[in-house]
Amino acid sequence: MSQTGTLMGFVHRRRRGAELFLLVLALAVGIGAYAAVGLGLEGQVPADIVGYGGWLTALIVAAHVTVRIVAPYADPVLLPLVAALNGFGLAILRRLDITYEALGDPHTFARQQLVWMTVGVVLFIVTLVLMRDHRVLQRFTYTAGLAGIVLLILPFLPLIGREINGARIWINVAGFSFQPGEVAKVMLVIAFSGYLVLHRDALALAGRRVVFVDLPRGRDLGPIMAMFGISMMILVLQNDLGSSLLFFGLFLAMLYVATERPGWLVVGAALFGAGALAAYTFVDNVQNRFNFWLHPLDYYDDSPGSFQLVEALFGQGWGGLIGRGFGDGFPERVPFAYSDFIISTIGEELGLTAVMAIVLCYGLIVERALRIALISRDGFGKLMAVGLGAIFALQVFVVIGGVTGLIPLTGLTTPFLSYGGSSLVANWVVIALLLRISDQARRPAPRLDPVDDSAADSEHTQVVKLR
Amino acid sequence: MSELTLFLIRVAFLAILWIFVLSAISVIRSDMFGARVPETARGGAPAGRKGNGKPKKPRRGAPTHLLVVEGDNPGTRAELADAPLLIGRGSDAAIKLDDDYVSTRHARVGASGDEWFVEDLGSTNGTYVGPVRITQPTTIGVGVQVRVGKTILELRK
Repeated sequence: MSQTGTLMGFVHRRRRGAELFLLVLALAVGIGAYAAVGLGLEGQVPADIVGYGGWLTALIVAAHVTVRIVAPYADPVLLPLVAALNGFGLAILRRLDITYEALGDPHTFARQQLVWMTVGVVLFIVTLVLMRDHRVLQRFTYTAGLAGIVLLILPFLPLIGREINGARIWINVAGFSFQPGEVAKVMLVIAFSGYLVLHRDALALAGRRVVFVDLPRGRDLGPIMAMFGISMMILVLQNDLGSSLLFFGLFLAMLYVATERPGWLVVGAALFGAGALAAYTFVDNVQNRFNFWLHPLDYYDDSPGSFQLVEALFGQGWGGLIGRGFGDGFPERVPFAYSDFIISTIGEELGLTAVMAIVLCYGLIVERALRIALISRDGFGKLMAVGLGAIFALQVFVVIGGVTGLIPLTGLTTPFLSYGGSSLVANWVVIALLLRISDQARRPAPRLDPVDDSAADSEHTQVVKLR
Repeated sequence: MSELTLFLIRVAFLAILWIFVLSAISVIRSDMFGARVPETARGGAPAGRKGNGKPKKPRRGAPTHLLVVEGDNPGTRAELADAPLLIGRGSDAAIKLDDDYVSTRHARVGASGDEWFVEDLGSTNGTYVGPVRITQPTTIGVGVQVRVGKTILELRK
């Protein structure tokens, strides 16, 4: 967390005009994709494009106006990136809905996703309006940690807990399914940053050196290890491989950034290796995933088989450089084309060109988060921005890496693209938090108690001793 | 709809997508290099002074150095001309303190125009201006006591 030369070196501009310009382009991406889906599948521009486009525009304009009023110095690129990804995702879901309907299995993924997006944008606005300074969150370090753990436990409770597709990560309240883990993620980032910002010097400097690594004292590391250990245990019990990977990476990234000790990466890699080996030996599921990854075609016909992954790989291969075009691919052959495998749908119908653009968008989101961390003036904001950026980076790497066959497949949602209300809402709040931190960071340094010239010139000014 | 039309639609959409991504990158680029440096800030920064050839003559009553007035290293001083000044236990600090309650990179003193600021760098025990623990860059004048750990520093003329 070294701070180099940003102290009052230059003043950031507000850049709200640039944000508006990018938002117009983002809307063109979202609505253009929707129109292209209609043209490709039904041969005409969809009848509801005015209503749909109007709704999307209204949401984006509302978000933009809020940022203009309550966070005028916030980063200009984050909101447009998110708007474009979300709009694009909606169009892809619409495209899948049409095919599912033709196959006699009607879904309304796009419509539901639009409702969730509305909820997400409303919470985005509420977060920005109510929270004028992200540092108040530091007061809730332990509360946030506890809340995160409680949220993770919720799916185990009888009545409201639900098990879907072998993972017990859902709760069902009043007819709505929700994944509390998505919110827990944000809570744990707040808890980790609040704890680490107070204890990072103790963690980095006090302690003994064992082999290559300076091990911190138990009382410094204890609380955070407890938080981390409990959440990992819960995730393992829930059989949620993707999320455990995400939390592990998040924890490691934040510890590394807070203490500036590369030793943590060595320890983390060793722990990860040991954990992966243990999981490979004892958990059938993990063994299967490794086998599917190494030899996808061998397990095509098995019952927990690699059918889905192979179809996704075929689809992406068939899509080639610029894809088959909307309506000319067969994304419905992949059972989870609307959630985990949405990237393969994009790869099939719009090709590598679009997938690269999407990956680049995520890369820019992460870059912005790290940039916010660099220019932020307080340690808590820095750590929080790093943590939130790390969530995006890890999530996108794990899921896109899995779908493209780079790493063994683990289920996680693709932020803003995949169908899934909890993830969408939580991610909109994450973006609101990042914008709030960046607004604080880019704002010109406040001039507190300006020194009165006459008083400064006077030799007789006495300073009252305070100790 | 003909094959060609569909192809053109697809290419047009991909073009829009990439125009968006490239515009976002260009906004980021202009954000990085195009930030406006206000004249006042430039006047206070060392780089700006070098540009002028000779250091600006300090205004009467303006502080010239930062002095440790109480603590383990009393009398340690650093010239404000070298600002921004780092205070801490680390070897790269302009004012190196042997105080156990001071962090490696504890605080920094820098200028904005004619005003001097002290900024906490996320230290463990905090930086105090008077009785208040500071959370953001805070202006300090001559004789205002800044406490880091058990050490007290002051701007002096």
